[in-house]
Amino acid sequence: MEESYRKNRKLGTRLVAVTVLMFAFGFLLVPLYDVFCEITGLNGKITNTGALKVQQESDMSRSVRVQLIAVNNEGMPWQFEPAQAAIMVHPGRVTQTYYTAHNPTARKMLAKAIPSVAPAEAAKYLHKVNCFCFERQQLNSMETQQLPIQLMISRELPSHIRTITLSYTLFDITPQPEGLMLVETGAAGSPR
Amino acid sequence: MATLDQTVDVHEDHGPAKGITRWLYTTNHKDIGTLYLWFSLLMFFVGGTMALAIRAELFQPGMQLVEPALFNQMTTMHGLIMVFGAVMPAFVGLANWMVPMMVGAPDMAFPRLNNWSFWILPFAFIILLSTLFMEGGAPDFGWTFYAPLSTTYAPQSVTYFIFAVHMLGISSIMGAINIIATILNLRAPGMTMMKLPLFVWTWLITAFLLIAAMPVLAGVVTMMLMDIHFGTSFFNAAGGGDPVLFQHVFWFFAHPEVYIMILPGFGIISQIIPTFSRKRLFGYHSMVYATLSIAFLSFIVWAHHMFTVGMPLAGELFFMYTTMLISVPTGVKVFNWVATMFRGSLTFETPMLFAVSFVVLFTIGGLSGLMLAIAPVDFQYHDTYFVVAHFHYVLVPGAIFSIMAGVYFWLPKWTGHMYNERLGQLHFWLSFIGVNITFFPMHFLGLAGMPRRISDYALQFADFNMVSSVGAFIFGFSQLLFLYNVVQCIRGGRTATDQVWEGARGLEWSISSPPPYHTFTQPPLVK
Amino acid sequence: MRLIILALLSAGLYSPLFVAADWQVNLDQGATEISQAMYSLHMLIFYICVAIAVVVFGVMFWSIIRHRKSRGAEAHNFHESTTIEVAWSVVPFLILVIMAVPATKTLIAMYDPSDAELNIQITGSQWKWRYQYLEHDIDFISNLSTSQEQIDNKVKKSVNYLLEVDQPLVIPVNRKVRFLFTSNDVIHSWWVPALAVKQDAIPGFINEAWTKVSTPGTYRGQCTELCGVGHAFMPIVVSARPEAEFLQWVEEQSAQKQAEAVLAEKEWTLDELTAHGEQVYLKVCSVCHQPTGEGVPGAFPALKGSALMTGDINAHIDIVLNGRTGTAMQAFRDQLSAVDLAAVITYERNAWGNNSGDKVAPSQIQQQKQ
Repeated sequence: MEESYRKNRKLGTRLVAVTVLMFAFGFLLVPLYDVFCEITGLNGKITNTGALKVQQESDMSRSVRVQLIAVNNEGMPWQFEPAQAAIMVHPGRVTQTYYTAHNPTARKMLAKAIPSVAPAEAAKYLHKVNCFCFERQQLNSMETQQLPIQLMISRELPSHIRTITLSYTLFDITPQPEGLMLVETGAAGSPR
Repeated sequence: MATLDQTVDVHEDHGPAKGITRWLYTTNHKDIGTLYLWFSLLMFFVGGTMALAIRAELFQPGMQLVEPALFNQMTTMHGLIMVFGAVMPAFVGLANWMVPMMVGAPDMAFPRLNNWSFWILPFAFIILLSTLFMEGGAPDFGWTFYAPLSTTYAPQSVTYFIFAVHMLGISSIMGAINIIATILNLRAPGMTMMKLPLFVWTWLITAFLLIAAMPVLAGVVTMMLMDIHFGTSFFNAAGGGDPVLFQHVFWFFAHPEVYIMILPGFGIISQIIPTFSRKRLFGYHSMVYATLSIAFLSFIVWAHHMFTVGMPLAGELFFMYTTMLISVPTGVKVFNWVATMFRGSLTFETPMLFAVSFVVLFTIGGLSGLMLAIAPVDFQYHDTYFVVAHFHYVLVPGAIFSIMAGVYFWLPKWTGHMYNERLGQLHFWLSFIGVNITFFPMHFLGLAGMPRRISDYALQFADFNMVSSVGAFIFGFSQLLFLYNVVQCIRGGRTATDQVWEGARGLEWSISSPPPYHTFTQPPLVK
Repeated sequence: MRLIILALLSAGLYSPLFVAADWQVNLDQGATEISQAMYSLHMLIFYICVAIAVVVFGVMFWSIIRHRKSRGAEAHNFHESTTIEVAWSVVPFLILVIMAVPATKTLIAMYDPSDAELNIQITGSQWKWRYQYLEHDIDFISNLSTSQEQIDNKVKKSVNYLLEVDQPLVIPVNRKVRFLFTSNDVIHSWWVPALAVKQDAIPGFINEAWTKVSTPGTYRGQCTELCGVGHAFMPIVVSARPEAEFLQWVEEQSAQKQAEAVLAEKEWTLDELTAHGEQVYLKVCSVCHQPTGEGVPGAFPALKGSALMTGDINAHIDIVLNGRTGTAMQAFRDQLSAVDLAAVITYERNAWGNNSGDKVAPSQIQQQKQ
């Protein structure tokens, strides 16, 4: 009896340890997912940002069309659009363009732009040397601003990709004044 | 109750306590098994009522009985209750009753933990069901609770949902640890691993799946909780998170979960078919290896639920191939069951009827699963009623039928009485007909283009929806026969022999029917 | 005799197929090469599955009939055979390979990266789709056009009940059209079966898919990812037109836009504005704020007698145009024309005894919209 009790206890402890490990593994999936995205370009998630380490010579014989898209997340009233709908970019060459943002409301607002790339495969070849999406943007009431981007497409971009779409979704991250949410949050709206 | 003699340990030398305390404080595997089974039957009726509410609304196009907000709550709660309240506890209940008796153990390895695992459940479901009466309503984001619908856009009750899921997870994990310890440590002398009945084997593997998968579910709901209340951004794009990450983590849990809900069923069927074929199970070893490989593969196929989220080609191909591979071990199992029946001496009592229809209808569900695995055509099937048809075929005539087969099979052993065979067969035929009328037309609806989880639909889907709703009511109400039959069997009936079934083999059939409150206090010797 | 019951039962299940032609039971062949390829693949795999089922169930029912105890069958004693067990692992594997080859081919074809001539950004939101043509100055929102009365069974349902919209997506045939999907709230999924395009629209991310329709026509679809209360009510209608007609439509769109601008410049009287505003209000606002302007206590604020409606006019314009974050009040800036916006605001300031007498000129809104 004693021995079987010890055996059970030992096995039980081990199984609890496995459970705890798997719980931790669930959280580990978060960074693993980022690595996975970086390798596969899944979801067009761009991870390679910041100053380039390797300067590449530009490939003038080839040009890639970069479409620029602006999306406003729900409840984001800013007027937000790219200066050009599409630009031609030579791989290896740093190209500059900008978006404009205008705050038409009567209050100061804070926003964050989230980039995404399609096709997903192209994400890892698109380097953003400098981007307004690195930081939060703040606009006063009725203020308009140009938001610059410097981007470079790596020369390793597979030859079958000739168009890349870069989208920015603008999220309103203005801190909510207390009490504003009281009535309306529960209202999910109606089907129509 | 007569106490047992021959026992050495004084603490085990008594029958059950009287009254409610017997059930509250019990550490007896048979009592706890009974509690689990009754609880699961109750939840089956609660979840079933919700299913009927859904089918009543979908009987005709237009909004009639259940408005869209409540409809979404019904689909969500139906899914959660059936998965976590009906199917899983029923399997745990059967394991509680049968595993110790099958391996020759006196009880479960951790009897007090066992009591706790069960008693968490009712509280978890009280919390979950109470959300129906909260302001803003119950969870309405589907049992898959995709972010951000379940985070940023969720009703307030989502927090209660998260706590309920945590409690369910703890209960399942403790149950799984108990089962593993019982099987690995408490086997009778001579009961080697390769002599274990298949129900025990499949449950052992299921229990490992549980302790691997349930913590990940706990992780994902914890992340949700943090996103909702503590300002993190796991799944919120605005803060650098990703809603698709939710789906990856969720399905990393939920695909193994699918097998958690079917592997014990495979085990039950593998006990029943040989019994009523009066022949040994064909390919015992390949059955064990097939179960192991299904369990392994279940961890590397999850993204086949997400073919339309925008994965790169390589990802789609990988998940398509691995998913297709699962059909090999699953096929082996089906072939083995058929080969067991081949050249046997077959009789068709209620458990066998359920088992045979399990093999047929589960195979149909398996084949539609193979169709869904083919990534390019999954773009057409995904999130339509074709998927609803598929998973209901593997879960209702799959998991649920296997549970009913198991109950009819072991009920005479548990109670010492035979159930009413004619009523059992009537229950089977009504269920069989009801299930097919309900779910077969859903294949057509999906192929014709009806998305799942919609509260109202276009006119072209009207005819099959009506058929399906009629079937659902037939199936739903015929389950009352089951309840009646079980209650009658407990109260009395023809006395069952120890062996019960002519072809029954194994330790559990060597003890009396009903078994004494404490079995195998002296370990039996297995030759 | 149980077999007979079973046979009757399955015949009963299938008989509708032969009785009524409009009980659609199979996938649509669709209107594109990819949808045809998917259909062929679907049929191939379906037939393979049926063949497997016939063999497996054949053997099983043979045993059920012939090896019954009641017929005096004695149980044999075989219970394993390595040869057979290896065979029935290898053969299915080979069948899978046969399936995987065409499946892989189709999938590669779907991921064809060649350039598209038309790019359309599709944004899902609760519960409508917005279409922006990247190469043209076309941008509109497509709403369900089935009336609430039909949904509530108060009037007879139209043929395309729940599958009709106020403004369909128009695309040219025989041209590669690329769609870019995103969402600005929860996940939606854009599906048109005939085009064989189903792609999730995920907030903060873009996804792409393409189509090349070969037959002109109207193709209908729905949102296929649970997105909240109105999930069943955000259909998709695609009108595929011959090149010339498509170009004509593009012209019309810009002409219409100019006409709207002209209309906005026009001097409107208070009566004209309130009359038009009432229509807009009933169509767009009354679902939440109610036709009486009284709102729903605890959920949607009343407009009748509201300080906002009779007070600062700019604050009123601001909330209608820009919405209010964290509430169900959306930004209507891009959803309504300047005339509609001016009219509805004017209406709200003068209806239900709000009699402020204020008038908002469409030209004023037009300036704000720019």
